[in-house]
Amino acid sequence: MKNFKPNIDWQDKVIKVHDLFKSFGSNHVLRGISLDVHKGENIVVLGRSGTGKSVLIKIMVGLLSPDSGGVNVLGQEVATLSNLELRELRLKVGFCFQNGALYDSMTVGENLEFPLKRNTPGITRAEVKRMVETVLDAVGLSKTVNQMPSELSGGQRKRIGIARTLILRPDIMLYDEPTAGLDPITCTEINNLINEVQHRFNTTSIIITHDLACAKAVGDTIVVMKEGRFIKRGPFNEVFQSDDELIREFYDYNFIQ
Amino acid sequence: MDSSSGQPEKPVVSRGLDNFFLDLYSIFQFIKRFFKEALRPPLEVKEFIRQCYMVGYKSLALITMTGFITGLVFTKQSRPSLSEFGATSWLPSLIAIAVVRALAPLVTSLICAGKVGSSIGAELASMKVTEQIDAMEVSAINPFKYLVVTRVMATTVCIPILVCYTGLVAMLGSFLDIYMNEHTSFTTFFQNAFKNITFLDFGTTTMKGIIYGFTIGIVGCYQGWRASQGTQGVGKAANVSVVASMFLIFLEEVVIVQVANSFR
Repeated sequence: MKNFKPNIDWQDKVIKVHDLFKSFGSNHVLRGISLDVHKGENIVVLGRSGTGKSVLIKIMVGLLSPDSGGVNVLGQEVATLSNLELRELRLKVGFCFQNGALYDSMTVGENLEFPLKRNTPGITRAEVKRMVETVLDAVGLSKTVNQMPSELSGGQRKRIGIARTLILRPDIMLYDEPTAGLDPITCTEINNLINEVQHRFNTTSIIITHDLACAKAVGDTIVVMKEGRFIKRGPFNEVFQSDDELIREFYDYNFIQ
Repeated sequence: MDSSSGQPEKPVVSRGLDNFFLDLYSIFQFIKRFFKEALRPPLEVKEFIRQCYMVGYKSLALITMTGFITGLVFTKQSRPSLSEFGATSWLPSLIAIAVVRALAPLVTSLICAGKVGSSIGAELASMKVTEQIDAMEVSAINPFKYLVVTRVMATTVCIPILVCYTGLVAMLGSFLDIYMNEHTSFTTFFQNAFKNITFLDFGTTTMKGIIYGFTIGIVGCYQGWRASQGTQGVGKAANVSVVASMFLIFLEEVVIVQVANSFR
């Protein structure tokens, strides 16, 4: 659980999803979902695999385009942005991939320097070094700077993925299955890291997961997704008082087993 | 942006023919995007130099060995036929024409299609399926410019240079065999060899190198860029890159030879 009170501005909606539809051929993944995310809030999107959770956040950063409806991020309608505007928006929205998506041919340090140098023209070597050290320190992996991604464990790769996102100082963090495939202790470490990022960098986050322990630890608000629709929204305890079959199944599987 | 939702559910003519035309369309779109991005500054100089090193320098050992053996073996195989007519003195000239006009560009590009094309296809496909390309995109970096433009430009620049190098090494292989048998001097060999080579021959060979280099780069990048289906997709991208590049190189060879011959 969080050991701090999140600084959420309930008046300021930084992400507005409205009536979003997305299909891949005959597979209707998103079927008219709407969602508001407030500044400083950690929203957890829960749901079984293949319900469209990752598609939702990919639409938010313009990696996929919606069939209808739209996503408004920081006051900008993502689908209508030009390449330049989209590039500028992406600097404010960090995306952490399921497996870290670290660049195999670069060391950890180079992985972190790469987006920073490219997006900060004129930055000095000393500044780059300092920022790399800061984010590595934030994720607790200061000693890995010269290692290759192949030398890291799954949990370390995810942490470096988060560090690479943090180095651009985004306002919004999108986490795609941050604890998938990790042991319980590493899961707890990642959950603590997500909370620390929210606290230390004052970010708004959307966390995609099917791990209830993660949802409980990091989520200020939980939304449950079923067959491309949101079926429940609220704080963790409120959502899991529901009698919905899927929610009960989730709860029983995660906590009774 | 995705294109997956734009695919029709029912084929217009037949599934195979539809896919062929869709593929053709997407290849042209890919090439069009390459030129658009390549002409827009800034150029990724550091990555371009790194790719030139990978394509050019890293292929040198293989190219040297293959070129040398090609020249040597071709000379050995041609000698008996020419000696029947007492025309072994024509060997340098014959070898030079064969090497410059056909062997050097073909041998180099086929080796590069196997070595460089497969490597580009597999590398980009692996980056695609492990979401590294998406990671670049969301970090506000243009992955097409960084990954595709640099690789295609590197193959387009380096392969013509390798073609010239192969030609030189093949001629050295040929010289070694002729020196061992006919004791011809180095100067005489090269004077005889190049007396029938025209500017058109050199121009055509260089043009072939540029076209084959572009083909190898663009095919490898295209296959890697559109890879899917996890590790299976990586293998497929590498394989198709080699097969498609080789097929296109032979096709281009036929066309270029026809065009070049019309100027002779």
